[in-house]
Amino acid sequence: MIHERVDLIRDYGALSGRMFQIMDEEGAVHQPELVPALTDEQWLELYKAMVFTRAADDKALQLQRQGRMLTYAPNTGQEAAQVGPAAAMESNDWLVPAFRELGAWLYRGIPLKTIYLYWYGNEYGSHFPEGVRVLPISVPIGTQMHHAVGVALASKIKGEQDVTVAYIGDGGTSTGDFSEALNFAGVFSAPVVFIVQNNQYAISVPRRKQTRAETLAQKAVAAGIPGLVVDGNDLFAMYAATKEAIERARKGAGPTLIEAYTYRLGAHTTSDDPTKYREDSEVEQWKSKDPLRRMKAYLLKRGLWSEERDAALYEEYGTQALEVFREVEAEGEPKVEDLFKYTYKEMPAQLREQYEQYVQYLEGKVD
Amino acid sequence: MALMNLITAVNHTLDLAMSQDERVVVFGEDVGVEGGVFRATVGLQEKYGPDRCFDTPLAESAIVGTAVGMALNGLKPVAEIQFSGFVYPAFNQIISHVARMRNRTRGQRHLPLVIRMPHGGGIRALEHHSESLETFFGHIPGLKVVVPSTPYDAKGLLLSAIQDDDPVLFLEPSRLYRAFRQEVPEEGYTISLGKAKVVRAGTDLTVVSWGAYLHETLKAADKLQDEGISAEVIDLRTISPLDRDTILESVRKTGRFAVVHEAAKSFGPGAELVALVNEGAFLYLEAPPARIAGFDITIPLPRGEHHYFLDAARIAVGLRQVAQF
Repeated sequence: MIHERVDLIRDYGALSGRMFQIMDEEGAVHQPELVPALTDEQWLELYKAMVFTRAADDKALQLQRQGRMLTYAPNTGQEAAQVGPAAAMESNDWLVPAFRELGAWLYRGIPLKTIYLYWYGNEYGSHFPEGVRVLPISVPIGTQMHHAVGVALASKIKGEQDVTVAYIGDGGTSTGDFSEALNFAGVFSAPVVFIVQNNQYAISVPRRKQTRAETLAQKAVAAGIPGLVVDGNDLFAMYAATKEAIERARKGAGPTLIEAYTYRLGAHTTSDDPTKYREDSEVEQWKSKDPLRRMKAYLLKRGLWSEERDAALYEEYGTQALEVFREVEAEGEPKVEDLFKYTYKEMPAQLREQYEQYVQYLEGKVD
Repeated sequence: MALMNLITAVNHTLDLAMSQDERVVVFGEDVGVEGGVFRATVGLQEKYGPDRCFDTPLAESAIVGTAVGMALNGLKPVAEIQFSGFVYPAFNQIISHVARMRNRTRGQRHLPLVIRMPHGGGIRALEHHSESLETFFGHIPGLKVVVPSTPYDAKGLLLSAIQDDDPVLFLEPSRLYRAFRQEVPEEGYTISLGKAKVVRAGTDLTVVSWGAYLHETLKAADKLQDEGISAEVIDLRTISPLDRDTILESVRKTGRFAVVHEAAKSFGPGAELVALVNEGAFLYLEAPPARIAGFDITIPLPRGEHHYFLDAARIAVGLRQVAQF
């Protein structure tokens, strides 16, 4: 429990009509006892992780506009909803992403180079360092929910204590897979935490047209599992809520759904134009709730950080990201053999023949 | 050795696999307490407990998707889809994830899982209980597709499927579940996936079939024998990957080819086999390769289904035309 006076599930449950927040939009904390017990240095590190995420995201967008990166799904505005939960996980816990969780991927140990390689269009972007317990991006919306339940159920069956944290977006909550997975997780009491990043839009369709439900968290109610609405732009609240949900899962109390109430400040992907479906004034309003801005205000107030260091850090991270991308550009073309050899453990005869004939062609041996 | 029908062979094999490897878990709708609507999983929950053999809520996409997650976290799931016509909600999982995980991660993660389901009709069942779906799965790179035709083969092929590091769709001809019994060794043995078997030697034409239709095809071959036509019959056993060599070797010898299958004819598995024969044995052919297959209609309800299903007499008509061309 995060505090003896606050029981998240009792006090902020899906039907409570309340949103859990620790740090307000100006970075002020009104109940300091609710701030999770990390040191100032640790919070600063998490803030830096958010800045790195932002810098890497901005760089990807620039590179895409220069025609050097392919389609990219920007992440800006959702960093707290990703870094908070990722930091609340233990090293052996599993992360099952959707496709817009740059902050969580980086924090869980996927190198930026690998992530850039993915958006550069190379399958090695889903090949992670050994021991990194993160599944690859799942493009078909909602389908990863089942994988999360399966991973979690396997941990339980094997008698292991690992918890799985899964991401989905607001649009994804309309899929059958979302409902089915919540139901399975509930029935099997799977040690899984579902985080719905409600960034208010599924490409162009606003949240209110996605469902008539008052919150997305309340979709957990029918599955018999706890649901919470958490301020997704509040690093403290996201960390605290996820930590508690993970601990519940680890001690056998089953799944929890967290609706991270946030906003996608950028486009869905580099292929769409958000000015067609939302007002600039709305975006401006959300910019004032920017999770980085809030956390920075908190750190400044506590004398842990300065504007100068902040600007320098962002600059430094941007430079690092560009260097990483240059490596990707230099190494990002796939080997022809790799396109064929991972379809099965061993290439079947007919596939091998297709491969060999193509190699002959490439080598100029076919007229 | 024990006499087993196909369903008892499946049950016995699951039991054996679970006893040999504690990573093997079996689940699906009604597979736990009830032991499966066809009784493929009878006794497994009692013997191995509800963590290793269990009922799931009714959602095929979730059954397969959960199996994906379990396989990614070190288990060997054997999921049952109750009837083949109920697998469609799981197509997204099968095609988008099951088939692709190894390639998507450049070999880092793979899915050693088996999805079992009944195959074909002829059991006088309701709509959606009689589908032959091997073409759908066979078309998808990354999947293996197996259809056994005997209790002995069911055991060896299912054990191979469970031990395989790639995902396998295991399609069990429901008509054969209790059709006949056969001596099946108690101990474990495997039959290689991707290998067809010449089950009847012949010299005048090559006939490929699998599953329930193999038996009607063999009866048709006997009829032709009485007329002086010698048919070589091959049990394909594995739809994907296809055993091209066994088929081509036979066709190069006989010069004639027919494929017999239960699925609808157009764009069916026979089309692939005929193409394969044309590509690999065209100059040996003395007659156009033939597809003896289902009509391009929805499989009729039980009162009319006998019009759809091919028996030995109708198969013999088709084979005769090839032999006498």
